Amino acid sequence: MTLSAIDWIIMLVYFVFVLGIGFMLRRYMKTSTDFFLSGRSIPAWITGLAFLSANLGAQEVIGMAASGAKYGIATSHFYWVGAIPAMVFVGVFMMPFYYGSRARSVPEYLKLRFDEKTRGLNAISFATMTIFSSGISMYAMGLLLQTLLGWDFNFSVLVSAVIVLIYIFLGGLTSAIYNEVLQFFLIVLGFLPLVFLGLKDAGGWSGLQARLGVVATQHGFGSGAWSHSWQYMGSASSNPMGVEWFGMVMGLGFVLSFGYWCTDFLVVQRAMAANSMSAARRTPLIAAVPKMFFPFLVILPGMIAIALTYQAGGSGFTLPAKPDGSLNYDMVIPMMLGHYFPSGLLGVGLTALLASFMSGMAGNVTAFNTVWTYDIYQSYIKRGASDRHYLMMGRMATVFGIAVSVAAAYVATRFNNIMDMLQLVFAFVNAPLFATFLLGMFWKRATGHGAFLGLLSGMLAAAIHHELTLPMHAVAGVKGGWFGATHIYPSEMAQNFWTAIFAWTTCFVVTILVSLATRAREEKELVGLVYSLTERPKEERLSWYQRPAILGMIVLLMTLALNIIFW
Amino acid sequence: MGLDIRLPIGAMFTVFGLLLVIYGAVSDKSIYQRSLGMNVNLEWGAALLIFGVVMLLLARRSSAKSDDSEHSGNHKN
Repeated sequence: MTLSAIDWIIMLVYFVFVLGIGFMLRRYMKTSTDFFLSGRSIPAWITGLAFLSANLGAQEVIGMAASGAKYGIATSHFYWVGAIPAMVFVGVFMMPFYYGSRARSVPEYLKLRFDEKTRGLNAISFATMTIFSSGISMYAMGLLLQTLLGWDFNFSVLVSAVIVLIYIFLGGLTSAIYNEVLQFFLIVLGFLPLVFLGLKDAGGWSGLQARLGVVATQHGFGSGAWSHSWQYMGSASSNPMGVEWFGMVMGLGFVLSFGYWCTDFLVVQRAMAANSMSAARRTPLIAAVPKMFFPFLVILPGMIAIALTYQAGGSGFTLPAKPDGSLNYDMVIPMMLGHYFPSGLLGVGLTALLASFMSGMAGNVTAFNTVWTYDIYQSYIKRGASDRHYLMMGRMATVFGIAVSVAAAYVATRFNNIMDMLQLVFAFVNAPLFATFLLGMFWKRATGHGAFLGLLSGMLAAAIHHELTLPMHAVAGVKGGWFGATHIYPSEMAQNFWTAIFAWTTCFVVTILVSLATRAREEKELVGLVYSLTERPKEERLSWYQRPAILGMIVLLMTLALNIIFW
Repeated sequence: MGLDIRLPIGAMFTVFGLLLVIYGAVSDKSIYQRSLGMNVNLEWGAALLIFGVVMLLLARRSSAKSDDSEHSGNHKN
């Protein structure tokens, strides 16, 4: 792929705006609350789009397109089952406690609700995880730009790191949120023509369906396996994901999805920056509306790419193969950009891709600097310093966090397995978390010891389950089976979902048992933290379209309709 | 927070739109073979331009409104 002057100009204009936003926001950063929580002053539509965009890193864009090619439209379960219901739940039921308790971070809520050790466990694992995720994201970007444009790996990594560093250093969370909104529009407007051109090339939706029928039958599935989301979910062997509906709904739809959208500070932080309780509650609901249509932007290109590879279209697009002969699914978006976009629009498309890399990185960095400063530095290293000191520490943490991410990106270039291992450990850490929050928010009897031991045993259960099982055709190692494979799952995805289910259940049961055996906290200490002891937020003053419960219902009905249409 | 986000978004897409429209008008038509014969720079550039201008107008209208309300607030005081 070669770039012309116009593409470079467009990219440059984007960088000027990104940095310009940072410089313009600089003068508003007076207190640590401004820096870490945007002074709780941002309207709901902006926090909503940022809520969506913080999660829309390039790994999501590239990964979802790859899954679209591998599994077809069933990948949309990651949105319609694996995201929307949890987003509605966090907005309607959980946000009153996050926003209402005035906690400044998710770990801090755990401190208020449970105790110091539960917060510490969550804060340290979360901080480590965000830094490495940001490093992995940087590594992926450097690698992609190297293969695609022949850019130097060091150059790509350092330039993107420095840009993200500057705009967060100057404008804190507000800067990250504003840039995420900018990136949201850029990604939507940059990829929309790609979907349009690809679909045109494949002969429209009906042409695409016919081609996907060929893909499915050649893989030995029913002809609709790539173009129906539910019809083939009855048993794991009849769909390319290798998952049956129960494991998918429970593992992905319940444990993993709720664990991520309801407890991950990376996204929750955006809602906490909202300017009122009702705006905070509307944040995930507003985000859910574009989210439910994202499959058409990121999964559809994958389906188009695989369809055209198996049955060529007019323009002759095909996916490239890897050295071992299998198709390189990760190249769906980059290859399609290069194939369909002429210079000019190509600049916009590549900028959108770069933007998604940087927003993923920035989301991690802002979450890290807050958790580091409030939950680790202020709690364990230096208490009671002036607010200016913590503001300064937040800026230092930004520099430090990005430096460690860059280091992690370089570690990944040398030891790819280390990154796989880390991601595995993160999965163990995250899986049980939602059980802790669910019991914490809705059962006043849950205690600190219960939460802490529940979390630990949940992580342990995840690790044990993983090491006792293996996905089909895999060898023991990072894929599991370290203690010998007592059960073989039809696919890696099925194994992941069931690991999550085991971890969650263990955490849930252990937390209840230990809580019942330990002394409960005084009820008056839990006001504002537990559902049954907290007044419902008043909504009389809001018009119907501002009420979270009504918005939530609308979002769920729209999602249901999409599921039925693409059944 | 002081800065209206619609200003930078509007300005950036206006610039992108203008660049693409101009480039689409002057560029060699043979490069549009890859976009299935459509001059996507011209067409999508126009769409981006409209989006950018609408964002700018929205930002301007709301800043005019908040100026008004500040003035009327002052009168009441």
